[in-house]
Amino acid sequence: MASKVLMKGNEAIAEGALLAGCRHYFGYPITPQTEIAAYMAKKMPKLGGTFLQAESEVAAINMVIGASAAGRRAMTSSSSPGFALKSEGLSYLAGCDLPAVVVNIQRGGPGLGGIQPSQADYYHATKSAGHGDFRMLVLAPNSVQEMLDYAFEAFELADKYRITAMLLSDGTLGQMMEPVDTATKVPGPSIDKPWALTGTGEQRPPNLVNSLYLTPEELEGTVFVRYDRYKVIEEKETRYEEYLTDDADIVVVAYGAASRIAQNAIDAARRDGLKTGLLRPITLWPFPKKPLFRLAQKATAFVAAELSMGQMAEDVELAVRCQRPVFLCRRTGGVMITPEEVLQKIREAALGQDPAA
Amino acid sequence: MSAETKRILLAGFGGQGILFAGKFLASLGLSQEREVSWLPSYGPEMRGGTANCSVIISRERIGSPIVSAPNILVCMNGPSLEKFEPAMEGGGVLFYDSSLINRQAVRDDISVFGIPATQMATDHQMAALANVVLLGKLLRETGLCDEGTAGQVMQDIVPGRKQDLLEANIRALALGFRYEAAV
Amino acid sequence: MTIVFDKTKALTEAAMHYCPGCTHGIIHRLVAEALDELGLLGRAIGVAPVGCAVFAYNYFNCDMVQAAHGRAPAVATGLKRARPECMVFTYQGDGDLAAIGTAETIHAAMRGENITVIFVNNAIYGMTGGQMAPTTLLGQVTQTTPYGRDKALAGSPLRVSEMLGTVDGAAYVERVAVDSVKNVRGAKRAILKAFKTQAAGQGFSLVEVISSCPTNWGLEPPAALEWLREHMLPVYPLGVYRDKIGDEVAA
Repeated sequence: MASKVLMKGNEAIAEGALLAGCRHYFGYPITPQTEIAAYMAKKMPKLGGTFLQAESEVAAINMVIGASAAGRRAMTSSSSPGFALKSEGLSYLAGCDLPAVVVNIQRGGPGLGGIQPSQADYYHATKSAGHGDFRMLVLAPNSVQEMLDYAFEAFELADKYRITAMLLSDGTLGQMMEPVDTATKVPGPSIDKPWALTGTGEQRPPNLVNSLYLTPEELEGTVFVRYDRYKVIEEKETRYEEYLTDDADIVVVAYGAASRIAQNAIDAARRDGLKTGLLRPITLWPFPKKPLFRLAQKATAFVAAELSMGQMAEDVELAVRCQRPVFLCRRTGGVMITPEEVLQKIREAALGQDPAA
Repeated sequence: MSAETKRILLAGFGGQGILFAGKFLASLGLSQEREVSWLPSYGPEMRGGTANCSVIISRERIGSPIVSAPNILVCMNGPSLEKFEPAMEGGGVLFYDSSLINRQAVRDDISVFGIPATQMATDHQMAALANVVLLGKLLRETGLCDEGTAGQVMQDIVPGRKQDLLEANIRALALGFRYEAAV
Repeated sequence: MTIVFDKTKALTEAAMHYCPGCTHGIIHRLVAEALDELGLLGRAIGVAPVGCAVFAYNYFNCDMVQAAHGRAPAVATGLKRARPECMVFTYQGDGDLAAIGTAETIHAAMRGENITVIFVNNAIYGMTGGQMAPTTLLGQVTQTTPYGRDKALAGSPLRVSEMLGTVDGAAYVERVAVDSVKNVRGAKRAILKAFKTQAAGQGFSLVEVISSCPTNWGLEPPAALEWLREHMLPVYPLGVYRDKIGDEVAA
């Protein structure tokens, strides 16, 4: 552990991006993610990269589109209200099959909401990031080390699948400090981008980055091809962590900061003799449906613990195909769930009550 | 988590160095090869509002980084003592700045150390370092580390270009380490 | 046989979709010729807007990206920061640049972003069928100003070149027109100068081209050009609004 340093989650994200070779950051200040911009503003000039404070969230995501279209690793970061504004660009990124990394350090909503931690952008991130049929690959770290690791990984995945990878986190993880090992990250072999706009040099036909198709069948065709790729991502890139699930009667499902709180509750439940485990989705899309369905064959009930009103719980119900009751432990608006609240739900679940009752 | 796990809450006004004291403790834990987490409250006010900071030092993987029932509590203003003393774990240790808080602790199942930290720091021309005076006392009473180790950790977290500041911090630590209450 | 004139290689073979009498075709050709003549075609990356020129990517024989409505200067910023060696230009209409993309335009100029903006001002939204633009003249009838643009309801025409003339980051801003042979030649000279400005690393350049829209103005092409001269030029005087570098790079 001697090689570890204390870092804030937001700084770890920025460091992970730099380790991945990202040299183009475009952003707009918003609490609680501004440390990412500040870190980039400090580091980028020394690395010969671009840090640009854009005139708006909309401009920032469109600058990412430009830099990505030029074949570079580019990113932006924001917090919830900012991502509503970035929706336009997220859709264009998908329509143009451009790789990009975006970071949402969530705060409470709707509207201007608050600035305290939240997970209420789950729908936006996993189902409805913008207009049209498309997906983002959504990664949800739960420690400062993972903020760095998955920021790094997000660039590799984005390039590999020509998709937007979103790091979906919250103010707790963004603001907290934990020891981080930065030494282990080396980018994989660089991925060829023959589609990139580099100037033709009058040596090759022009490249075009575009999302406009006026013929419905042609447009549908591009969406079909993209969804074939999404299928591969679902098969190969679904990530999750299990904690004490081997003999679990009750399985808690929680991601990000909520999963850390759930861990305390699970430890407490075990001390009470309740066989409880945790399935922590690391990718929120693709959601770990198969492992949840597998667990549903043994477990008697599930508890979804989240900092939103049941947005993730719906995916748990779909994953277990409603074969087991799913209890919901929820707080929102910047209020954290407590281990006691999760433990209470675990007890209710163990009693076999109807969650709707 | 084992009983050995330190669940520390530091609270006071913004600008009193609450977050810095927390960072010191997290760095100490890291230097001792423990698992650590440091979580600040954050708000729109940069100065003068309430600030608090959760620090956990453990031999085991840390779950929630939020300290709601501290076994070590540091209070640098009255409202913090009002709010957090009742939440303390039985057997915990409370440190408070008795030059800023003019009431006694009410719990009798905890150890209490009132230190006139702001007065002491002011008397030694380092009024801004009451937080570090408290820290010194905390380190000694909890046995988290000795004075020499504390000095080394301070050296790690105070930027090298601020040598004056480092020396003042080390003197403030010493004041805390050596303070004996006139009970 | 000697070839005395040829189409520039900077335009593709695609037949343009523009309406008869539309001046977009002329402006495309001027941009393409400028890139070709300056030997910049192989380094060029164009940004197509939303609006009539959305298909510009089919016509310019260089790398192209199609941007969201109004975002072309932001996309161009990302491109230029990522590939400073490339010549990055946007081609935008008045709705795209002066309404939904006003912020992106002004801030690209403010930063002195080293890109070139070709701004086609025909005082109307063409692609969507003739609605009011920010540059629509007072009294001008459009689909959304059926009784003529009323200052009390819809404000007055926005003068982009004058506005950008006050922005320190802008290196070169000129307004030209394509209503006559003389003015077309002037437009060509301005577009050449804009690209030279970028090639010399001098910063933001914008050429506003006063253009006609016979279809949505409801006029025959010659009458549209006459209307342009009579009604638009008094509101949008031709001329140089910012020139930080004088003839230095233009030489």
